[in-house]
Amino acid sequence: MIVKFLVAAVLAGTPLLFGTLGEILNERAGHLNLGVEGMMSLGATAGFIVGYKTDNFVLALLAAFAAGAFGALIYAVLTVMLMANQNVSGLTLTIFGIGLSNFIGFYYVGKSAEGTLKLPERITAQMRSVHIPVLSDLPVAGELFFSYNPFVYLGIITAVVLGFYLFRTNAGLNIRAVGENPAAADAAGIHVTKLKYLNIMAGGGICGIGGAYTGMITNGGVWISDCVGGLGWIAVALVIFASWKPVKAVFGSLVFGAFRILKYYVVKDIIPIPDAFFDMLPFLVTALVLVATSMRQSRENNQPAGCGINYFREER
Amino acid sequence: MSEERYAIECKGITKSFGSVVANDHVDLKVKRGEILALLGENGSGKTTLMNMLSGIYHPDEGTIFINGKETVINSPTDADALGIGMIHQHFKLVEVHNAMDNIILGGKEKYFNRKELRNKILSISEKFGLEVEPEKKVYDMSVSEKQTLEIMKVLYRGADILILDEPTAVLTPQETQRLFAILRKMRAEGSAIIIITHKLNEVMEISDRVTILRKGKSVNTVVTRESTESRLTELMVGRPVSLSIERAVVKEKKKLLEVYHLSVKRQDGSIALNDVSFDICSGEILGIAGVAGSGQKELCEVLAGLQPVEKGAVLYDKENIIGKTPAEIISLGISMSFVPEDRLGMGLVASMGMTDNMLLKCYRDSKGPFIDRKPAKKLAEELIKKLDIQTPGTETPVRLLSGGNVQKVLLGREIQSVPNVLITAYPVRGLDIHSSYTIYDLLNEQKKKNTAVIFIGEDLDVLLQLADRIMVLCHGEVTGIVNAESTSKETIGWMMSGKKEVESVAGTIH
Repeated sequence: MIVKFLVAAVLAGTPLLFGTLGEILNERAGHLNLGVEGMMSLGATAGFIVGYKTDNFVLALLAAFAAGAFGALIYAVLTVMLMANQNVSGLTLTIFGIGLSNFIGFYYVGKSAEGTLKLPERITAQMRSVHIPVLSDLPVAGELFFSYNPFVYLGIITAVVLGFYLFRTNAGLNIRAVGENPAAADAAGIHVTKLKYLNIMAGGGICGIGGAYTGMITNGGVWISDCVGGLGWIAVALVIFASWKPVKAVFGSLVFGAFRILKYYVVKDIIPIPDAFFDMLPFLVTALVLVATSMRQSRENNQPAGCGINYFREER
Repeated sequence: MSEERYAIECKGITKSFGSVVANDHVDLKVKRGEILALLGENGSGKTTLMNMLSGIYHPDEGTIFINGKETVINSPTDADALGIGMIHQHFKLVEVHNAMDNIILGGKEKYFNRKELRNKILSISEKFGLEVEPEKKVYDMSVSEKQTLEIMKVLYRGADILILDEPTAVLTPQETQRLFAILRKMRAEGSAIIIITHKLNEVMEISDRVTILRKGKSVNTVVTRESTESRLTELMVGRPVSLSIERAVVKEKKKLLEVYHLSVKRQDGSIALNDVSFDICSGEILGIAGVAGSGQKELCEVLAGLQPVEKGAVLYDKENIIGKTPAEIISLGISMSFVPEDRLGMGLVASMGMTDNMLLKCYRDSKGPFIDRKPAKKLAEELIKKLDIQTPGTETPVRLLSGGNVQKVLLGREIQSVPNVLITAYPVRGLDIHSSYTIYDLLNEQKKKNTAVIFIGEDLDVLLQLADRIMVLCHGEVTGIVNAESTSKETIGWMMSGKKEVESVAGTIH
């Protein structure tokens, strides 16, 4: 039972992990991008449609990444180049992303013969749990660690790679400096604008893959409108919970994944709590986490100082 | 070919921003092994010129020669490659990173070669006598440490042409001496150094030659040894200026404000003020000296009713004002004016015009629910005339005005309410000589009107000339209150570093 619960929590946390990692990259570049929900929605649609048409998992992933990066590009043009307010631009991206995603989904559903869209057999098979010889057959540990679909492993690899990139490489030092104090980075000869575009778009792409998870896996390969369903917002909060560190995001996603599926594991006969309460739980905990973390004192675990402020070189 | 000896040679540099000509055919030359001081009032184009050397702006006309070769500097990276290092007035450091990460930022060295990087930094520190701890976080550093780090950054990149934009504005006299020692060492190593400063005594002390800019033109270049402070001022302002500050004499004094055993804690729990007691009379200027962060800010805010206290009392005309809100303090008939150190943050609203900034202080006087802008506008116009404020109009956002004019707007507004107590924190910070003297005159004028003036300053020469008494703070404690006429700069310097008055005062009484 506990193993089943944990496995379910990992699965429920995976789209959160991608969203959180993408947003970490955005905020490290100094941009509070509230468009995570929108970028995930774009990724969900693109991933699903390309998977539906080509029946190829890798192409679907690439399409999801590209769609998320495209959403991020809109945001980057607005905030990096045109200096638009970051909060408003991010919210706009969310509304736009959800709207476009549902519109395209609706169009395809209308064209289909059965009135529903379901991913074909081959791609569904590719997305099934990866069976690793020996390891997957271990008792308990096999199920707990080696029984997942490719998204899960991809997410954890992404987290580790991002952590290495940010904290162990020159490129990572540069982008952290850009997020903290773009003027200092600029004076050190770093191409601030270029780095911002690159990191914001890469972050958007990662969010897009998280969206593809919700579109292609969560509902068993059947297209459903609003499939992201607010996960993008939890991801924005998880960034704070993870104190802007990719590896910590893995644990944060696991915890919030657990909250998402708690309702299926509480015995209703003993504790009569309505399902609606459990649906609300992740958001309630998000609010509590935000309050708790805002009291944190350490400066290393704080939001990058330049986050939310657009950089203009000649400003006094 | 004597020209090749110059590290930098600018010929006929012109740069305009719209209709404003910031630099008008400016010439400037610096040799290796030489310190050149660049002198000029606010808005005379010093920073613009330096920004062209560091690749931030491009000249409209004129040529720049580096090491005798004609050069076009397109970006900070180009300047870097030419060995030009700029130390900005506002530090360009990443606060949450340590010294080492700041130094290697943007460089090509491998990030994970920590040991090698560390050794390279330490060897440079040794060579030039810079004290840098590679692992120390910038937010734990004092202002002077941050500046040393900035110098380290450019040296690490191999710069041998150094430009420092008002480096001493935020340093104590002792820290300034330490900086000068570093600069002399670099000069001896063959670096070319340009230093921008307003402080004439420093120009005399550190520089070999002085280039003077006035209204965007280079008016003259003189050898420091052959010149004097008053000659330099004359060149800078364009007419002879008296450099002494008069000390107004006021006969009738009565105690206006008494502070007893005041203790204040900061938000993080550290002690800001510890058992501070003093008093101030009407018609007196009380100077407050101390290294930045010794509790000056908290003291000001307590007096203005903005900061809660741990214990102690502040009596204004026998009434305790502790625990009262700013509005209550005003309604008691106490008119206390507060000119905070952060002019555009706390003093004025940067994006509003003069009229609206005047309204902030007097909107309560108008009757009914609507605001009457007329008196405020009239007041703004009066101030512009009386204080000679340079602004396109009363509705121009104050952030577009130069530092001196912003300070005049703020001080003018506060003085207009005819305060009994006037609190000013670093009122001349960043102002040129001319504007500074206008401010000193304004404060003296208030003193003559029987206002009690609290003047928090950093230039000890000014404190000694302007104030009647000087209180010295060190780590939130009063290390002495001395008569300004019978004390010396050294004595105050000692008290700023924590030596109590008793130990040193004996030597100064004659």
